[in-house]
Amino acid sequence: MTGRDGMVESLIYTKPVSLTERATHYCPGCTHGISHRLVAEVIDEMGRRETTIGVAPVGCSVFAYDYFNMDFAEAAHGRAPAMATGLKRVSPDRLVFTYQGDGDLASIGAAEILHAAGRGENITVIFINNAIYGMTGGQMAPTTLPGQKTTSTPSGRDIEMHGFPLKMCEILSQMDGAAYIVRRSLHDVAHIRKAKKAIRQAFEVQEQGIGFSMVELLSSCPTNWGISAQEALTWVEEHMVPAFPLGDYKVHASINAGKKG
Amino acid sequence: MQTEIIISGFGGQGALFAGQLLAYTGLDHGLHVTWFPSYGPEMRGGTAHCTVILSDDEIGSPVVKNPSAAIVMNIPSLEKYEPLVASDGVLVVNTSLIDRHATRQDIDIIEVPANEIAEELGEKRLANLVLTGALIERLGVLTIEQVGKSLGNHIPEHRRNLLESNREALQRGAEIAQRAVQPG
Amino acid sequence: MGKELLKGNIAFAEAAIRAGCEAYFGYPITPQTEALEHMSRRMPELGRVFLQAESEIAAINMVYGAACAGVRVMTSSSSPGVSLMMEGLSYIAGSEVPVVLVNIMRGGPGLGNIAPSQGDYNQIVKGGGHGDYKPIVLAPATIQELIDLTFEAFDLAEKYRTIVVVLADGSIGQMMEPAELPPMQPVRAFDGRPEWALTGAVDRTPNVVSSIYIDPVEEEIFNLKLVEKQKQIEAEQVRSHKLWMDDAEIAVIAFGTAGRIAQTAVRDARSQGLNVGLLRPISLYPYPYDSVREVAEQVQRILVVEMNGGQMLDDVRLAVEGRVGVDFYGRMGGVVPLPDEVYEQIQKTYAQRANGR
Repeated sequence: MTGRDGMVESLIYTKPVSLTERATHYCPGCTHGISHRLVAEVIDEMGRRETTIGVAPVGCSVFAYDYFNMDFAEAAHGRAPAMATGLKRVSPDRLVFTYQGDGDLASIGAAEILHAAGRGENITVIFINNAIYGMTGGQMAPTTLPGQKTTSTPSGRDIEMHGFPLKMCEILSQMDGAAYIVRRSLHDVAHIRKAKKAIRQAFEVQEQGIGFSMVELLSSCPTNWGISAQEALTWVEEHMVPAFPLGDYKVHASINAGKKG
Repeated sequence: MQTEIIISGFGGQGALFAGQLLAYTGLDHGLHVTWFPSYGPEMRGGTAHCTVILSDDEIGSPVVKNPSAAIVMNIPSLEKYEPLVASDGVLVVNTSLIDRHATRQDIDIIEVPANEIAEELGEKRLANLVLTGALIERLGVLTIEQVGKSLGNHIPEHRRNLLESNREALQRGAEIAQRAVQPG
Repeated sequence: MGKELLKGNIAFAEAAIRAGCEAYFGYPITPQTEALEHMSRRMPELGRVFLQAESEIAAINMVYGAACAGVRVMTSSSSPGVSLMMEGLSYIAGSEVPVVLVNIMRGGPGLGNIAPSQGDYNQIVKGGGHGDYKPIVLAPATIQELIDLTFEAFDLAEKYRTIVVVLADGSIGQMMEPAELPPMQPVRAFDGRPEWALTGAVDRTPNVVSSIYIDPVEEEIFNLKLVEKQKQIEAEQVRSHKLWMDDAEIAVIAFGTAGRIAQTAVRDARSQGLNVGLLRPISLYPYPYDSVREVAEQVQRILVVEMNGGQMLDDVRLAVEGRVGVDFYGRMGGVVPLPDEVYEQIQKTYAQRANGR
């Protein structure tokens, strides 16, 4: 296309086909949009949009099915791994993934995620950890940091009263059935690119039938944290990354073997 | 015509299997049947009993208050079911494990040292079939031959080698019951 | 196929397999566990899906997921387990996917015991989970009926895109009776899955299965759709069994195991010259209100017998509308009433028959 001043324009950025045209309801500065896009880009690149089925959680991303351009189910709170199990077992050649927040996955759905991992359920889980309950208005999450103020820990999370945050990658990596368990962060571009690679790897693990895969994404919630979008990203880097160290917690031997080959 | 049989003992004595055998025999010989088990939380020990109903008509209730017959394989079963057997009914008592006599005068009581007979046959687990043989001999609903035939039809494959000793156990029980009706 | 001596739990599991059930998800609980065990052996043998879930909560959500994929799927449980499934059942109702559930009821409330009970009538028949919905509820009294209703449940679930509950008690699960199994139906081919199912959006716009309508007006529209469907079900699926009603002066109304126990008591009463009839509701939702009304117009008094504290009794009274007196006899907590007890109650009701309400 020829532009106003005679320059040739080339398209270098477009919305993934795996996302719909619909504008999201997410707050300004929320990283859900980034996570959605990364998943959609990966599914586009793998050519699997028409053969992927997603399962949305209860939480801020409850309407994920409005934004992903593919077959989708909306699960009960915490039950997405069980629902995905049912979907996958009767349609084993489809890619099935859940998209779950910290309350959904690590609190009310702790049993379902643990057993899906333990079974080596061949599904992919995208785990959004922003250390707070978003949709219900900023209450304590199972991943809320000690001392972190929320609307249900107004003086900060008191470990004497509420104990310690759960570290899901560390826990799930102990499961023999887990094939790929990694934690990434979305607080800057470099980390976002690493996150995308991990998401791609996780879906490939499923495609190859190696077992359960999960990518935890440290995410921001400027609205409920009560800070600006930019400050929220800094808060992820300065407070969440030290508490939830980034890295590969479980990488099945056959994944590395594949890379070497 | 409807006949109700309760078979009761400790878990593991084969009360439930003996009842199933009677139900199979009834089915194989054109009767309506139900087999209704007790089911407790224990896998071993505890009490186990079942109610078998044989009828030439549709069966309503699978449970009854006053059965036509009962096989009692231990003392608690005797205490529970002796008073409940219908008048003119049959009570088969396993004297190997019950050291007192049944006292009812209005029912037909057969005392069978079932465990001793089973041990004579070389398989102590056959006591349930010795007792069943005694019952059938006096019940007048099915015959020993019919029960033995159904045993052949339904015995699990891995137990088929025990078929003849099972039939022998039924026969020995029937002989005890025959002797018991001899006057004197 | 001839008649075989079949245990209830195994009979309904095999009937489901014969109906083309492609996936079973469950959790062990007495007195229905033999069904799960039967499925664990048979389903893999047939190349179908069996999975023992970590809880009834997970099991029903696995069922939900498989149902979204458009396959015939079921679970079975007993009272406490079914309570755990209520959340998932509400979501299933809210997204109109077909699911079959067999509830082999036991004594309660709480952990209760493992003995036969009909204590879940209100929970199951009136909905159970949150929100406005009612599953089709079918109550067998014999092993043959258990087989036939379970087999048909899959057709009904798909026809109306609803939950169908086969509601029986521990005695039906545990007892053996001669019955005939239906012939085997193959499972549906992947390409034959319904158009609404989540199969991957190949050459079509994406499908979404969801129970969320954030706009109350839209939620109401959905609820009205469910109401319309219920009207259709109420018009098409009412079932009950009448026995000896022609000359009846009083009637006994009882379902499931209580129904067959009452049948013996009624037969005994008739042999003593009492003109007693029996109405045994088979569909508990939709409830046979018209049949009960007809009975109430004919007889002078009604006796309701249940293995609970009087739950179906409310539905009988709704249909009777005060026309005649309604007596109740119930045993609770896992106690199975004996025909003799019911017979005594029949005598009392019979003696009272001319005394009005």
